[in-house]
Amino acid sequence: MDHTTLTEPATRPAPAPRPPTWRKWLSPGAKSAPIVVLLLVMLIYPVGQLLLLSVHNDSGFTLIEYRRLFASPVYVDVLLITLKISLWTTFFSVLTGYPIAYLISSLTRERKNRLLFWVLLSFWTSFLVRTFAWVVLLGRHGVINQLLLELGIIDQPLSLLYNLPSVIVGMVHALMPLAVLTMLSVMENIDRRLPSAAATLGARPGMVFWKVYFPLSLPGVAAGALMVFVTAIGFFITPTLLGGRHQTMITQLIIDQVMQALNWGFAGAISVLLLAVVLLVFLIYDRMVGLSTMAGGSSAQRDSRKSGAWSRKLGAVVLSALGNATDAVIGVLPKRRKRAGKRTSKRGENRESLTLRVVVILLLVFLSAPAFLMIPLSFDAASGLTWPPHGFSLRWYQQILDSPLWMQAITRSMLVGVGTGILSMLIGTPAAFLLARSGMRGKAAMLAFVLAPIVVPRMIIAVGVFYFFAKIGLIGSSFGLMLGHTVVAVPYVVITMMAVLRNYDTRLDLAAHSMGARPWATLRRITFPILGAGLMSSFLFAFATSFDELTIALFSSGGLSTTLPKQFWDEITMQISPVIAAVSTCLFVFVTLLIWIADRLRRRSLATT
Amino acid sequence: MSASTLNISGLCKRYGDFVALAPTDLDVAQGEFLTLLGPSGSGKTTLLSLIAGLAQPDDGQIRINGADVTYGASYERDIGMVFQNYALFPHMTVAENIAFPLQMRKTNAKTLRDKVVQALEMVHLPHVAGRYPRELSGGQQQRIALARCMVYRPSIILMDEPLGALDKKLRDQMQLEIKRIHRELGTTIVYVTHDQEEAMTMSDRICLMNAGSIAQLGTPADLYFRPNSVFVADFLGESNLLDAVVTERDGDQVQISMQGGATGRAMAYDSVIGNGRSVKLMLRPQNIQVHNGAVADAATGSVAHSVSGGTLSAKLTDIMVTGSMTKLYLQSQVPDAAPLVAAFPTNQLGRQYQIGQMLELSWLTADAVAIAG
Repeated sequence: MDHTTLTEPATRPAPAPRPPTWRKWLSPGAKSAPIVVLLLVMLIYPVGQLLLLSVHNDSGFTLIEYRRLFASPVYVDVLLITLKISLWTTFFSVLTGYPIAYLISSLTRERKNRLLFWVLLSFWTSFLVRTFAWVVLLGRHGVINQLLLELGIIDQPLSLLYNLPSVIVGMVHALMPLAVLTMLSVMENIDRRLPSAAATLGARPGMVFWKVYFPLSLPGVAAGALMVFVTAIGFFITPTLLGGRHQTMITQLIIDQVMQALNWGFAGAISVLLLAVVLLVFLIYDRMVGLSTMAGGSSAQRDSRKSGAWSRKLGAVVLSALGNATDAVIGVLPKRRKRAGKRTSKRGENRESLTLRVVVILLLVFLSAPAFLMIPLSFDAASGLTWPPHGFSLRWYQQILDSPLWMQAITRSMLVGVGTGILSMLIGTPAAFLLARSGMRGKAAMLAFVLAPIVVPRMIIAVGVFYFFAKIGLIGSSFGLMLGHTVVAVPYVVITMMAVLRNYDTRLDLAAHSMGARPWATLRRITFPILGAGLMSSFLFAFATSFDELTIALFSSGGLSTTLPKQFWDEITMQISPVIAAVSTCLFVFVTLLIWIADRLRRRSLATT
Repeated sequence: MSASTLNISGLCKRYGDFVALAPTDLDVAQGEFLTLLGPSGSGKTTLLSLIAGLAQPDDGQIRINGADVTYGASYERDIGMVFQNYALFPHMTVAENIAFPLQMRKTNAKTLRDKVVQALEMVHLPHVAGRYPRELSGGQQQRIALARCMVYRPSIILMDEPLGALDKKLRDQMQLEIKRIHRELGTTIVYVTHDQEEAMTMSDRICLMNAGSIAQLGTPADLYFRPNSVFVADFLGESNLLDAVVTERDGDQVQISMQGGATGRAMAYDSVIGNGRSVKLMLRPQNIQVHNGAVADAATGSVAHSVSGGTLSAKLTDIMVTGSMTKLYLQSQVPDAAPLVAAFPTNQLGRQYQIGQMLELSWLTADAVAIAG
């Protein structure tokens, strides 16, 4: 019965006497049942239905929708545009995210947290808020045009919106935090002594980076790129608000088919296409990097001998060349002063990192500034959302308070968010226990299944759930929304809880057992108190996911009483008013507060363990 | 230019208010094996990092082969370093790891291949060239770290507790291995450890550090037999330290009187020890002779008066057989006296002692050392 060896070598004490067989089977079953049922009913069935609709109509099996899809160049073009935008977004997000992640991973804890705060703030600030900020920023009377006019660089406002660059800027801005956080998780695990070791072995800074650090960070780059690409390909907020007719993305087509054309079959066919592309990307990733790196498995463990000797050699040559080139540049530019005297040389050492710091600070300004811009605009006395603001007033905030639409949306979002948080915890925590603790067979398959809601594009889930809810009459109900949101929030709860459980010393449980505590008493008195902070942060994660969720709410929240993101979306697509700036500011403050609370909780858990 | 490879003068390092290394001077000769020994926080790792260029000193100078490298980068110092957890590059094979320093020195392909093979043969692991570090055992990783360091023949090799992660048996084996390689190559080695036994067995000289400065610098024998402070006597090997006052000094020998009126003789190597000075009398456990009953006249009579150091009586409180040695824990009946430990090779005679019985102890003058405060 030595099934524990896979997860925990050596340290695991001898297994307790074997429990009766039925309990052994029941226990994993009971822990996994809620999540399995949830995903079967709310993910597999609805999405399956949708996909089925694409090949099945009243007269039976048909491929007519697919014929239509490939018959017109319009749809193929949209797919190509979607891929193009996603690829550019991925490229720039990783490129700009890399220096931020690199710097954060190299700092001491205190300074690390300070930088990380800005990334997290962007990460958690709604896509809607940030995209809206770009609308204001890039508009005809927006900040950038005003600035350029005042400086006399231009004498006519430029049209900066509704083109490819504006979409890509908005998408990179939206997804760069995701790239940073994904890369960071790999970079933090790179042994900091390895670069030092390389330096003592005679490698100059450029060589140290390209030959040692960069190859070790590659799995992070790949994971970051995957996350960004998969998210980007299902995006509709940014292209709708910042793009023109030529930047229509595939998910916008699905929305059109469902909302306007009411053509479920065709929506299903497009969904199949989208899903196929996403799965293909995952497949390629798995072949090249390995999916195990995604779920927190250590990155460098994979056997890189699989990749051919030829490509390895080529990689080594390229990296050496890059290293030499970098060292040549460093050598020519600032470092010569080192020879001058010992005191200046100490500063010379910092010079390289000074450049990095400046770059990172500029990137963080790019990341944070647009949302901050909402604050002065929300107090603007004028109604044009133009820069600079004229006068000070609280009228837009007053309008929110006076509007039953906004107030209902806020209440509903809170309610659905808390409900989703509780439901996700109830369903996700047992599954996390099962996946982190037991050595059951088929664990990898189970994990893949649990993570499916992240892999399947949100839009497909949303349309499937809409179709399903329409049939059973759950459209517009808060409970339905909670269920829908729980499906997309639960994987995050499982991942967070698994990470928390992995850091938890299970010997404490055994110690409690040895003192006579029964399983429930152990859970209540030992496990939960220690895991408290972790539980709370998973709850916040689920809450925030629901609070910010637009796609599912777009269809399933019903006509009159909507959620906050849906209300925001309706408002923003209708007209652009300073009320939205005021709502944005409120959301921004709320998110800052949430991050602050989460950080306090994390500190407390660090202090107690 | 001196014959030494490494000269350190006035080197110091502070972190805020904390003095990690007080101004320190140290010279290491060509081919020497010098160990930096000390408890954690004594500054030994700080000193090593400064030599390696992984940290910048606040003041002072470091010269390697005569060249000032105080603020130079690591890669300009011609040093090699073996890290505590080996710091092998996980994404490179063993052969690539060993080739790395040679590539950095732009060695041509042919020489590079030969040297890698040689280095692997030196550590008796020619068959693992194509493996990745994670596929090796701890001891093998350690050897590869050594090989990677030796392959480019740096002027100095720095080792930061390289055997800390290995079990006892493997550690003994690797100690011999490192000694062998040191002999074969004649490289200068600066070695950091907190294990005094390791320091004693391997070093030409030991630099014992305490609280950011050098407590004593000398051969292992110097430190063991002639400790210059209570800290050194206590840190290196086990020792009994008894309060005493010097009543007369005669060359290297002193007459002392102890609490309870007992008198004795001991060696004094420190010139500050004069008449009336209160000292600590250091007696190593294995240098205390235990006598069941009174010290026989025959025993004392057979040795000259100048050789016999003195006697004490104490009550046996515990016996411990630690394998090859048997330890007796004793308590002198003098008020406030510290407990004593005596040790002798385990034998049948040792079984005669009973806990609670009074025993007579004696020592030879040559084995006792009076240490200033």
